[in-house]
Amino acid sequence: MLVLVEQSLNGLQFGLLLFLLAAGLTLVFGIMDFVNLAHGSLYMMGAYFAATFVAWTNSFVLGVLLALGATLLLGIALEFIALRHLYGRDHLDQVLATFGLILFFNDAVRLIWGPAGLSLPLPPWLTVPVQIVPGVFYPAYRLSIIVVALAVAALLYIVVMRTKIGMLIRAGASNREMIGALGINIKLLFTLVFGLGAALAGLAGLMQAPILTVQIGMGENILILAFVIIVIGGIGSIRGAFMAAIFVGMIDTLGRAFLPDLLRTVLSSAAASTAAPALSSMLIYLLMAIVLVVRPEGLFPAAKR
Amino acid sequence: MKSHINARNVIVALVALGLTLLPAYSALTGNIFILTLFTRIVIFALAAASLNLIMGYGGMMSFGHAAYLGIGGYAVGILAHEGIGSGFIQWPVALALSALYALVIGALSLRTRGVYFIMITLAFAQMAYYIASGLSRYGGDDGLTIYKRSTFGGLIDLSNRVQFYYLCLACLFGGVYLIWRIINSRFGMVVQGVRSNEQRMQAIGFHANRYRLVCFVISGTICGLAGALLANNTDFISPAGMYWTRSGELMVMVVFGGMGSLFGPVLGTIVFLLLEEVLSQFTEYWALIMGPLLLLIVLFARGGIMGLLGRLSRG
Repeated sequence: MLVLVEQSLNGLQFGLLLFLLAAGLTLVFGIMDFVNLAHGSLYMMGAYFAATFVAWTNSFVLGVLLALGATLLLGIALEFIALRHLYGRDHLDQVLATFGLILFFNDAVRLIWGPAGLSLPLPPWLTVPVQIVPGVFYPAYRLSIIVVALAVAALLYIVVMRTKIGMLIRAGASNREMIGALGINIKLLFTLVFGLGAALAGLAGLMQAPILTVQIGMGENILILAFVIIVIGGIGSIRGAFMAAIFVGMIDTLGRAFLPDLLRTVLSSAAASTAAPALSSMLIYLLMAIVLVVRPEGLFPAAKR
Repeated sequence: MKSHINARNVIVALVALGLTLLPAYSALTGNIFILTLFTRIVIFALAAASLNLIMGYGGMMSFGHAAYLGIGGYAVGILAHEGIGSGFIQWPVALALSALYALVIGALSLRTRGVYFIMITLAFAQMAYYIASGLSRYGGDDGLTIYKRSTFGGLIDLSNRVQFYYLCLACLFGGVYLIWRIINSRFGMVVQGVRSNEQRMQAIGFHANRYRLVCFVISGTICGLAGALLANNTDFISPAGMYWTRSGELMVMVVFGGMGSLFGPVLGTIVFLLLEEVLSQFTEYWALIMGPLLLLIVLFARGGIMGLLGRLSRG
């Protein structure tokens, strides 16, 4: 029972992290109709920036804030230099160009930081276990990820649903040409949204960094998960991305935690321990395939164009 | 009548001639490395050509083509591991499994369009990747060494570099010829018609998705053959070879050469893999140059190498 609570919290935490990554992706996808495979690279850059700045400043909070700013700037620069020329092009062109960017970022990181991974040590105040209900302890850091991600999700919701800029973003998602014709500087809006998406990806990367190691290629696997999420949730839908992210986070975490034991009842121990991680990774893709076959537009499609 | 002697056709003919005479060059100069390199190139060219059939002519952007390389390879590897070394069994199994996989995922994926199709083919390929990593009996994540290449009862010796190279080249030429026959047949015309206007083709009475599906299966089967060749070439098969980045590389090769042109993917593969080879000799950080180069090609050279040659030959 206790394990179930802990693993569910882990699942929630992973799901929220995935949401941060997927939110940026779905905004960029929904508004600019742009497939950005390099989103995972921004996630990786967030983690590398954080590891570097935390080591420089000797302060976790300051380092993290600097890293966020750096990822935001990187995103804006990337959009300004390269990606804005790809809007309105074929999805295939976008996939290929951003695939090229992945190659570039991976080798750039290898050149600058070396092939070995980095670690992002936590400050002491984040390593203590917290008692969430009597008798149940949970790591403070994972708890803080849940809190921060929920806060960001709420903030994102308020910005998108309640502010003028959010109104423009939603209008852009439903009809790009029309809001351009109404005199809105759509290029600036796109750049801002892209920067926001980059910062969210960087935030996800740097929050994940203390749990896993900071390494080259860390963005690739999770990028595909984020794509799965926005496809399940319905492209362009923040709400859909949120629900799907929690769902995927739960399935992945609980599958990893409990499938080995389940499989051990039917398979030999050795076979179960290799088959279980493969099976739980597969579950998510299976889920996506089922969703796409049954509802090709995703579970929560954004308003029809 | 339009003259057939133009820059594009001359280059294609020269490349085909060059590929055919390569073993002679290798034997004369004693440069064995170039033969090994080009064996790999020829195999990937076959895979790229098969992807081009559905991407360029069928309008189906499959982001999961690496799965067939894996399936074809694992069919050879697993049968060899279980003591069945005959290529007469291994290769038909590799082709049949690839076709079956393509049939199942094609039937499901073709319910979607556009970017959803890209994503669902990717999802299925990732599933195949995870299945391969879960095969603990066959090495799991670490992969499986193939100790003995496929045997063809004394007909051809795959361990002989030159014979193996010519086998791969024959498969490539055969594959390209098959694709040429397909795209010029009634079937191929329908598939291309569906790409440009699906509704119109439906309206005049064609079951668009059936044609698409058959095309998808043919492409997967050809790529499965490339997988069987690749496994024999590397004597090794692992899940890493079917990760999604490999599918991305195949797409790059197709677009590099020129999507929707018969020989484009072959030229694209040659240029891509040669560039990778040359750059990695020049610097360890070859992707630092390759990445932005890719971006520039997408931005400025539409139609890839074939498009460029086409513009040249028109003058």
